[in-house]
Amino acid sequence: MWDSFAFEFVNFYLVPGIVLGCIYALGAIGITLTFGILRFANFAHGEIMMTGSYLTWTFSALVGSVFGWALHPLIAAIPAIVVAIFISLLVDRYFYKPFRNSPTIMIVIASFGMMLVIRSAVQTLWGPNQITFVKGIAKPNAWVQEVSNNAELLLLIPNKHFWIMAGTLIITLGLAYLLGQTRIGKAMRAVSDSPELAQATGIDVEAVIRATWVVGGFCAVMAGVFMAMDTQFIETTMGFRMLLPMFAAAILGGIGKPFGAVVGGLVIGLAEELSAYPWIGDAPLISPGYKTGVAFTIMVIMLIVRPSGLFKGRTF
Amino acid sequence: MDQMLGYFLYFLSLLTVGGIYAMLALGLNVQWGFAGLFNVGIAGFAAVGAYTYAILTTAGSTFHLGGFGLPLAFGGIVAMLLAGLISGLIGVICIRLRADYLAIATIGIAEIIKLILKNETDITNGPRGINKIPRAWEHLSEERFYTSAPMSWFNDAQGWEALFDSLPNWWWQPMFTLTVLLFVFIIYRMLERARLSPWGRMMTAIRENEDAAQAAGKDVTRRRIEAFVIGAVIMGLAGAFFAQHLRLIDPTNTFDPAKMTFLVWVMLIAGGSGNNRGAILGAFLIWTIWSSSELMIDGTIKLLVASFDTLDAGILKSRAGYLRMLLIGLILQFILQRYPSGILPESRPAATDKRT
Repeated sequence: MWDSFAFEFVNFYLVPGIVLGCIYALGAIGITLTFGILRFANFAHGEIMMTGSYLTWTFSALVGSVFGWALHPLIAAIPAIVVAIFISLLVDRYFYKPFRNSPTIMIVIASFGMMLVIRSAVQTLWGPNQITFVKGIAKPNAWVQEVSNNAELLLLIPNKHFWIMAGTLIITLGLAYLLGQTRIGKAMRAVSDSPELAQATGIDVEAVIRATWVVGGFCAVMAGVFMAMDTQFIETTMGFRMLLPMFAAAILGGIGKPFGAVVGGLVIGLAEELSAYPWIGDAPLISPGYKTGVAFTIMVIMLIVRPSGLFKGRTF
Repeated sequence: MDQMLGYFLYFLSLLTVGGIYAMLALGLNVQWGFAGLFNVGIAGFAAVGAYTYAILTTAGSTFHLGGFGLPLAFGGIVAMLLAGLISGLIGVICIRLRADYLAIATIGIAEIIKLILKNETDITNGPRGINKIPRAWEHLSEERFYTSAPMSWFNDAQGWEALFDSLPNWWWQPMFTLTVLLFVFIIYRMLERARLSPWGRMMTAIRENEDAAQAAGKDVTRRRIEAFVIGAVIMGLAGAFFAQHLRLIDPTNTFDPAKMTFLVWVMLIAGGSGNNRGAILGAFLIWTIWSSSELMIDGTIKLLVASFDTLDAGILKSRAGYLRMLLIGLILQFILQRYPSGILPESRPAATDKRT
């Protein structure tokens, strides 16, 4: 019942696609929140992601050399998240806040500049070369392999992929609670829907903006760390490489809709991986070199056909 | 004397690259300064121009498509046309989008162009790039040019060889620099003309108040596409000149968005968006800061390595390049916040009719 085609499809295309989709989804949450609440496309978002993964690597290397412990990346990510959120808030305070009442394009230029500033700061401090994040080859989870093999549905899924999928699920559920049940989350949704009305009802917009950076920064660093766990290395261009798929995911899901962004991220991740599957004949449908193009094509089609996205997001 | 000559040639190459950046800044000025179109895909359009020029004009090669060995001017013209054509296609699809979306779309286009240049190895030689690109004036001393028409009409091969042997080996450099500057001047004059014409005034009107311009019967979408294409054509020409200057182009290092797109944006904003003179001034100014900071940092590194022998000059040097980018980024933020209209702010042509 598990022929070799299905085995190959599930293990080498479907599961990696979902994993990549989870990473894009987390990144796109921050993009869609800043787009919805602050009303600008934040080009520096990918760099916060990249900085977070560099900080995570640094903390685990520090702890490793001082105490000799090998920290799990997800634990080393905690201090990295704090620092990255702090950086986000500082950037907002000194580089974006002066433009709050200017045309939005000024903030876009500023964020485009910050993209380069943050990246070159990381390149100055850590150097431009790739750094190994996790050593060794990731083996498939033995228990899953055995159980699924007995059921004649052999699954080869390494532990890192389980971490990524479970982590994304937990963060999404947490976000649902935050936006649906807490006071600040409701305020965030209110500002996203109509800033003037929100301000008139006495919502502290600046506090909402700070909360946006905190949530966006948290999700970005988690996406960066998951990305680093998956590829097992970090490099300074990883944020820029992720930027286009994340924008595509945010637009696909509808601007200002975090759950739309999650769905959009999964769609984009799956589309990128599945586009390399030999659907017709033996050759990959689209050469893997053009993966980034897939996300872009989906985004452009979406912008033309339905700019509000799948879930009726905001259009400008 | 040799040292003086070295400085002179360095100065000329500074002027050349400054001129090429001035072209890019002028092209961006049409798109952003005149029409308010946020294009962050400059590197992509320049790459299209550079690769078109390279493939059309290089001598036959087994590594990439062609080398068709066509005349240089022809390569330059096709480079402009192709950059214009691609921008026109993008314009038709994306021009109606809000500025943020257009920015995302153009950054995406630049990435796609890079992907194509990297992956279509049969056409572009992939990541290894194209080399031996003929440079205007210097190309005259290549055998394939002086043995064919029109040069062969005036002199035979031996005669040309003797002539080029008698010239110093840098004879082409001042000529090439002057050619670049001449083109900057021509583009500048044409754009000034456009800015003062009804077309230029209409562009300003569309940028400042789209609804009012539309109500006055202006075809907003079409005019925007026009501005986008004109800007891209200029960028394509700049790309062709850049290919000539470098003689070796590759998709990733030559057309790095950080060095190309970003630097051009800093130039235009520093010089003054909407002002053609500002674009040229900003280009030369930022390019001078960029190049002289390289010399200064080199000097500082030498001093540091001499005083602390534990430091590795190579590592410091590679890091210093990024520090430079960081400083340019901060300059942009500073200008954006303090002097948003740049050194030479935009000046509108007077509204009065001269005949009355």
